[in-house]
Amino acid sequence: MIEVQKLNKYFGELHVLKDVDFNVNEREVVVLIGASGSGKSTLLRCLNFLEMKDSGSIYINGELIEPDQVNLNKIRENVGMVFQHFNLFPHMNVLENVIEAPVHVKKIDKNEAIKQAKDLLQKVGLEDKAEAYPSHLSGGQKQRVAIARALAMKPDIMLFDEPTSALDPELVGEVLQAMKNLAREGMTMVVVTHEMGFAREMADKVVVMDQGRIIEEGDPEHIFSNPQNPRTQQFLSQVL
Amino acid sequence: MELFEVFWETKSFFVTATWLTIRVTATSLIIGVFIGLIFAFFKISSSRLLNGIANVYITIIRGTPLIVQIFVLYYGIYKLVALSGFWAGALGLAIHNGAYITEIFRGTIQSIDKGQMEAARSLGMSYFLAMRRIILPQAFKRAIPPLGNQFIIGLKDSSLVAYIGMNEIWGTALSEAAASLKMLSTYAVAGFYYLVIVMIFSYLVSRLEKRLDVEKSRG
Repeated sequence: MIEVQKLNKYFGELHVLKDVDFNVNEREVVVLIGASGSGKSTLLRCLNFLEMKDSGSIYINGELIEPDQVNLNKIRENVGMVFQHFNLFPHMNVLENVIEAPVHVKKIDKNEAIKQAKDLLQKVGLEDKAEAYPSHLSGGQKQRVAIARALAMKPDIMLFDEPTSALDPELVGEVLQAMKNLAREGMTMVVVTHEMGFAREMADKVVVMDQGRIIEEGDPEHIFSNPQNPRTQQFLSQVL
Repeated sequence: MELFEVFWETKSFFVTATWLTIRVTATSLIIGVFIGLIFAFFKISSSRLLNGIANVYITIIRGTPLIVQIFVLYYGIYKLVALSGFWAGALGLAIHNGAYITEIFRGTIQSIDKGQMEAARSLGMSYFLAMRRIILPQAFKRAIPPLGNQFIIGLKDSSLVAYIGMNEIWGTALSEAAASLKMLSTYAVAGFYYLVIVMIFSYLVSRLEKRLDVEKSRG
């Protein structure tokens, strides 16, 4: 579904992604782990072109995507993203947040969008918050709205950029639960997280990054019980 | 008392003049907001040419006195098109205020969290759709207090169009004072009219701010 070959990315002098090869298959849950600054968020953001690669190839559904030759907006419609800091639109209520893109990007009928939005809000357990403004929600609720908002575009794949890192500990569970439900429905997901429990339980593949490189990848059993790379061992000993 | 006498005797002139002040100010501010919005986009654009155009405009306007700008415009444009005093004045004020409004919009647009644009783009919105639906509504709300302030400055600055022959409040004050020779009282009465407009306007702005504040500004 997504195939990345020899991806390189620089921030000024800083070489943040070094020859990264990376694959996501349909219906797969891939979890990216690694120390802060290892490049996992940058890799994720390259997948929907919020960051532009400096070299390498990105294929989506078998098609090579060159940012200057295609309409990136069309591509992003099919790639949902959930951010660490939620980024809900504060001037709109929950329902308006969720229907914004379906109505104004996909141009679907507003009543139809509202109906779908209510179903999505029910799915994340927030049907009673449709009229609330983001400032009146807890962090966990905001993040669940953000998930519903991304799902409203009916994406083929969902990217999660540390979705629970900005949450109070007692609110992490509700967001992880929403993500687990999504994974069980067969959504293709790429998740950057420090929640090793989620990785262990839900991941089909765990990818370990260090200093801009993928140093190890495999099924969670293999990575968590029997890591080969000494840096993976070191990282896991710090977080587990 | 002379002050009240003058007030009473001149009130029909000043009411007409106040209406003219309000019209020329409102016209200039509406045009100024459009100018401000366009040049704010020039300033945040990645095009060096557009940045340069906006910077030259702001530098010239901020670096020269308003009275010079009005005179240059009035006597300059006079040669090209026959512009009425009203339009010469309104345009002069619009171009002047536009430079300050540019900076207000640039500041409030840039003050919106980067994550808002990223979230909008990640949903497939184009840059302009994201600006229109997500960034500008939030930026406008933050712009209301500084815009209100600039509008008050603009209103008072409109007194300078008296010097290109407009009989707005200050123009009326100059001619009434010259006729009656009651300088102090006439000028004080003129000040009173400005004060009343500013007070009414300030009240309306604070009402607007309070109403918009009901829906809190941070997500």
